[in-house]
Amino acid sequence: MTYKIFLTRLGNGLLVLLGVAIMNFTLVHMAPGDPAMIFAGEAGGGDETYVEQLRQDMGLDKPLVTQFAIYAGDLLRGDLGYSFRNQRDVASMIVERIPATLLLTMTAFGIALIIGIVFGMLGGWFRNTLLDRGLMIVTLVLYATPLFWLAMMFVLLFSVRLGWFPPFGMQSVLVPDAPLDRLLDIGRHLVLPAFSLGLFYAATYARLVRASVINVSNADFVKTARAKGVPGGRILRVHVLRNAILPVFSLASVHIGQLVGGAVLTETVFAWPGIGRLMFDAILQRDYPVILGVFLTTGLLVILVNIVTDLLYRIVDPRIEHTAGN
Amino acid sequence: MFSKETLTVTRRTALLGATALLTLPRIGLAQAAPVDGGRLILIARPEPATLGLGLNLQAPTIYVGGKIFESLLTYSSDLAPMPSLATSWSISEDGLTYRFELRQNATWHDGTPFTSADVVFTADDMMRSSHPRWKLLAETYVERIEADGDFAVVFTLKEPFSAFIYAFELSSLPIMAKHVYEGTDYRTNPANNAPIGTGPFKFVSWNRGQSIELERYEDYWDETPAHLDQVTFLVIPDAASRETAFEQQIVDVLRPGDVEGFVARRLSEADDVIMTTMGEEFYAPHAFIQMNLRKPPFNNLKIRQAVMHAVDREFISNNIWFGMASPATGPVSSRTAFYEPDVTPYPFDIEKARGLVADSGLSGDDLKVTLTPLPYGQQWDRTAEYIAQQLTQAGLDVSIRGVDVSGWAQALSTWEFDLALNYTYQYAHPALGVARHYLSSNIIQGTPAANNEGYSDPEVDRLFAEAANSVDTEETQRLYSEAQKRLVDDVALGWIFEMRSPTIYRDTTNEVVTSAIGVMDTMKATWKAA
Repeated sequence: MTYKIFLTRLGNGLLVLLGVAIMNFTLVHMAPGDPAMIFAGEAGGGDETYVEQLRQDMGLDKPLVTQFAIYAGDLLRGDLGYSFRNQRDVASMIVERIPATLLLTMTAFGIALIIGIVFGMLGGWFRNTLLDRGLMIVTLVLYATPLFWLAMMFVLLFSVRLGWFPPFGMQSVLVPDAPLDRLLDIGRHLVLPAFSLGLFYAATYARLVRASVINVSNADFVKTARAKGVPGGRILRVHVLRNAILPVFSLASVHIGQLVGGAVLTETVFAWPGIGRLMFDAILQRDYPVILGVFLTTGLLVILVNIVTDLLYRIVDPRIEHTAGN
Repeated sequence: MFSKETLTVTRRTALLGATALLTLPRIGLAQAAPVDGGRLILIARPEPATLGLGLNLQAPTIYVGGKIFESLLTYSSDLAPMPSLATSWSISEDGLTYRFELRQNATWHDGTPFTSADVVFTADDMMRSSHPRWKLLAETYVERIEADGDFAVVFTLKEPFSAFIYAFELSSLPIMAKHVYEGTDYRTNPANNAPIGTGPFKFVSWNRGQSIELERYEDYWDETPAHLDQVTFLVIPDAASRETAFEQQIVDVLRPGDVEGFVARRLSEADDVIMTTMGEEFYAPHAFIQMNLRKPPFNNLKIRQAVMHAVDREFISNNIWFGMASPATGPVSSRTAFYEPDVTPYPFDIEKARGLVADSGLSGDDLKVTLTPLPYGQQWDRTAEYIAQQLTQAGLDVSIRGVDVSGWAQALSTWEFDLALNYTYQYAHPALGVARHYLSSNIIQGTPAANNEGYSDPEVDRLFAEAANSVDTEETQRLYSEAQKRLVDDVALGWIFEMRSPTIYRDTTNEVVTSAIGVMDTMKATWKAA
């Protein structure tokens, strides 16, 4: 059954991807700004003949439909295109940036989940206590704080003031030779961007889990467990948390999609060499092949993440599988 | 003509000047023998798209490529030509022949000897197809380019062109390796991302999104190679992070534009920080309000005069640009050759501006205009807001249309604007960086660095053409002076200020700015105290 569902989801995903490709292509070409003019400007300016020549070289002189047909044909051959501006294959540019983005966003996501679930669970279990109120105030503040501001405050406090962590970049100028030292170096650079990105999402999860824990705590099966004398810790761990955590999966699948699309602000403030910054620079330069390549890649990742989440949902809560089967 | 350019005196340097005895040890340090070794850390902002200097003339490409490539000449801060790949040069009396003797011991970073064939290939082939500015210059003025043996090159002009001696700066004619580029598609040549030059530093690696690494080229032609072992460019996209990087002593130098002027002012107050506005004499960036003269209200001279009177250029220079600008008086910067100070002045007078708008005969929708700011940071934003406010007070109905750089470039390049902010590099001579904004033959689309406003005056065309061809300095000055006076009377553009952008570095770093292009140059003389 899971196999069939997987194939259905995959089929739907491919249709969505086609829609994404068409929409991206249309929107990108509707935006003001001519890549040929920008390129000519970077080369020191040029007359109309020079710009027209560039437009031909970039394939922008053809009707939009023809351009899309060429783009779609290239995509079917697995070719994401060529960045005229960077003089490189788009695929290689994206592949180069994905590891940094995944490292940052998955770490941030892990931080968000851990902190969010722990805070939410404690708040929900000890609801209306001082601890609950304190945790909820913290999460509210984190939720309301603009991400870039939090990032800058982190830099000021933990880097400039305390000197604990590097303020930006993914590795030091003098990269250590030993693999372990290199890993530690990257880890030190990762702390501030991952926490500043993760704490925002942690706040969301904390509030969600708290509400869910309170809701599940009042369910009949929890009351029964209490009546049977099951210890409180076991009730929380086995009965409450496992059920309360389900909404987190739904929300997480949305968030993780957003995150793999690149954390543009965080990557910019911390000079993190990820896909978000690649996309941002490409948009500013109207580098169409790169913009389309990044959008399509992130669209694909979002679809894959959603399929995986669907499957995970069934593992965490077998009732879903059972209901689907019926 | 360059006497106005001075080192910006910060509070700290003023104090040091007053306490001369205390400064002596520091001067002693600065004049001490240079120390070899060390790594200089700079910022690449934004990350260059390519390092092929002949193909991309964005500032970050010049900044990085300027350490790797060289041209035939470089220029002192008073714009005197100095040897680089050319050891000497001569100009015939009729101004038609330029002969350059080349270095005989220069080599490319892959070990291939540098010869006149490289210069001829670059100037007569590669740059003619890839460098629009050189292409225009070569097609207009150059009859032929020939090698005379392995180490001399002769440029023969169609007609005299007195600015030609300024066409051999790094961003105008970077010499590229013939053996690397000949017979290839220049734009896709792999050397664009792993460049091979003749400069004092050679390319080592480019970690995209993070850093670019250069190291000293040991076989450099100069008896004294670069002092530094390595130069590293860090990619730091966020302005606040660049500020932090300098404060944390992670980077050694901030080039003009790395931080906003008010940040530069604050950073320069530290005891060990030096700020200079020297090093932009060749480019002499000149800011102006571009008015679209093709339609109302700016096809009306009174409205253009009102713009000049409504904007307080002293206020902008001192309060929005924090003193890192000085009011412009006309189309030519006071740092550029043939500057004419004696032009019609337009003192700040808002009442007069109102009167001119009232007398213009325009009203209602004719006075409704949009202002397209230059999206280059907060100081430009504030300048646009101030100008919009002033012009509104004068009687125009101004709204600001915010766009990104691409949108701005397109608006100007396709003439779809009313008012826009812009600035230009003057390249030391009016024929190179000034005339292009006013010649009727340069009313072209496709670039924001042309006559985008649509100004046309046959007399100005004649004056610029005759001045460019003149080999008599006095006559050239007379012609350019007359052209400037006409342009100012016509208010062809609304000149606002000459930019005096700061370069900031710590006092342990020496010889940072040594020529008219400042940190864009090779930095081979730069050294760090141990």
